[in-house]
Amino acid sequence: MSTLEIKDLHVSIETEQGTKEILKGVSLTIRTGETHAIMGPNGSGKSTLASTIAGHPRYTVTSGSITLDGENVLEMSVDERARAGVFLAMQYPVEVPGVTMTNFLRTAKTAIDGEAPALRTWTKEVKAAMDQLRIDADFAQRNVNEGFSGGEKKRVEILQLELFKPKFAVLDETDSGLDVDALKVVSEGVNRAHATGNMGTMLITHYTRILRYIKPDFVHVFVDGKIVEEGGPELADRLEEEGYDRYVVGAGQAVAPASHA
Amino acid sequence: MTAEVTTEKARIGAPSIAGFTEEGEQLVAAKVDRHHSHGVQVMSSRAERLTSHDVADFAIPNGREEEWRFTPVREIANLLSDTATDGDVLSLSVEAPDGFVKPALRAGEAPRGATLVPADRAAVVASANTEEALHVQIPAEAELQEPVRVLVKGNGAGRRSNSHYVIEAGENSRAVVILEHEGAADHNGNVEVFVREGAQLTVVSVQLWEDDAKHLAQHDAEVAKDAVYKHIAVSLGGKIVRLNSNVRFSGEGAEAELLGLYFADAGQHLEHRSFVDHNVANCKSNVLYKGALQGKGAHTVWVGDVLIQKQAEGTDSYEKNQNLVLTDGCRADSVPNLEIETGLIEGAGHASATGRFDDEHLFYLMARGIPEDVARRLVVRGFLNEIIQQIKVPALEARLTEAVERELTAGNN
Ligand SMILES: Nc1ncnc2c1ncn2[C@@H]1O[C@H](COP(=O)(O)OP(=O)(O)O)[C@@H](O)[C@H]1O
Ligand SMILES: [Mg+2]
Repeated sequence: MSTLEIKDLHVSIETEQGTKEILKGVSLTIRTGETHAIMGPNGSGKSTLASTIAGHPRYTVTSGSITLDGENVLEMSVDERARAGVFLAMQYPVEVPGVTMTNFLRTAKTAIDGEAPALRTWTKEVKAAMDQLRIDADFAQRNVNEGFSGGEKKRVEILQLELFKPKFAVLDETDSGLDVDALKVVSEGVNRAHATGNMGTMLITHYTRILRYIKPDFVHVFVDGKIVEEGGPELADRLEEEGYDRYVVGAGQAVAPASHA
Repeated sequence: MTAEVTTEKARIGAPSIAGFTEEGEQLVAAKVDRHHSHGVQVMSSRAERLTSHDVADFAIPNGREEEWRFTPVREIANLLSDTATDGDVLSLSVEAPDGFVKPALRAGEAPRGATLVPADRAAVVASANTEEALHVQIPAEAELQEPVRVLVKGNGAGRRSNSHYVIEAGENSRAVVILEHEGAADHNGNVEVFVREGAQLTVVSVQLWEDDAKHLAQHDAEVAKDAVYKHIAVSLGGKIVRLNSNVRFSGEGAEAELLGLYFADAGQHLEHRSFVDHNVANCKSNVLYKGALQGKGAHTVWVGDVLIQKQAEGTDSYEKNQNLVLTDGCRADSVPNLEIETGLIEGAGHASATGRFDDEHLFYLMARGIPEDVARRLVVRGFLNEIIQQIKVPALEARLTEAVERELTAGNN
């Protein structure tokens, strides 16, 4: 049983206009076996939260903390975080020149496990995982994400999730840009990873669509760098009907809904 | 002329570096100083370029000439002067089966000079100042299991060296010839290659010079009917390397591949020029140069000329240059020139892409647990391996892979 704990997290970025605060005090605790949906409008800071957890150098944590089983995540380098068990499925996966998927997957697996996987079983495991996610076998010889469509990139992110077996998965809009079939395939992948019982999930999404396939235990509404409302799966149903309008006033200005004021 | 234009587009349509478009400019961050020009038409036809054995025909370049405009000519003044070799500046040894090394060839002694006619000042003074040219001849029908090795060791930076080597692959022979350059010198080295009918010859020129070496070279090959020639330039060391690899054909059904790999770090100038002269019908050529750059002032140049002459119907040719910029402050010049004088060809294409390994690539790999140094190695090794694996001499491939990794580590300090 592991715990990823985010406490009163404030994050800013440097822009041409100066420093801009994006996360304005986020607190959230995820335990093994739990799925937390983070839902919010575009620009509310969801990717900032995800990237900060993974350690992207663009984001500066000005106060607050992130710990994994008590260990200070903020002191870890990006690769250390991944090896500690944090996995970020990116909203926009990067194309990496010159590195084949096969080589990349093996290198990453070796880094995460601290030893090279047994070649025979590893090759089989990769092939099986690719089959299940309906990723064409010849992707293995292509360079990482090179020329992959948006949907293919997302499948490849989930492929890594299944192969690397992290303690915590942060899925940043894995659903966006997927058609219904792809959404199902990808959701099944996440559910398989979850079913191992060894993973906690932060599922970031803009739409409620994916929640038909992946059942959250908790839903957090994220607006303007803060969690403005929290609840169970029923909160997602309400968002589906009402949208974010009641949390958002004017140009991105967020207010707490009346009942929570 | 519509036919070949269509072919060309179809073939250059898919750039093969991830995230890179065909035109380097479109994607490299503004901080990288790069130049790129590109077109199917050159100002003056490559066919009109002067070639001559007479030193008097070539003035000392000032750097504004088309063929010298990327080169730091002031730094190679010693190599451009009509100067004799400085005594024992080079230690030369040849590892080849008995009888392969023939008596040296003087100027005018066949086949010396039949195919290599100097095309610039450096080449003309190199040959003019080489009294005796090394002559390696692979007998007809011979199939070599081991490569022939020509080891060139420079014994002092700034000391002038001239050379002209003649390599002949007899009919239907199969061989690999490796030229290895190390140590330091101001080395002006011409290599003249004959690939006789049906022969298959690979020439690998490896530049593992020390930091203060300078090396100018013209490598010319003539490829006969049904012969296959592969030239691989590998430039890792040296302050300045400028290697021109040229090929033309003397019979139909011949193939030429001009490949190159270079890794420039701070202050290094590595320049490769290739010229495929499709002067005969139904021949095939493929040019691929790949380079990595890292460190302030790292400068690479690739100029790839392909000329498909009027009579060269049925030609199939393609050329590509890819550069991978690893840090700020590098400059990769890349100029493909394709001249086509007949529409009756199989294909002709060219592509050039310069991409940057940036923080986002690094973040992606590190977010998968891969440490930074491993991530960089992974990318560069993957990128350059396409060329290294073409050598097909395992011991040399391993050495070069190691050498590339040393380059990477050195750059990180
Ligand atoms: N590089 C950047 N420069 C300027 N503003 C940025 C940058 N990255 C993100 N932002 C701003 O930060 C806010 C949050 O962005 P993001 O975390 O991507 O939101 P979300 O993922 O919820 O759509 C937005 O207002 C966005 O415009
Ligand atoms: Mg986002």
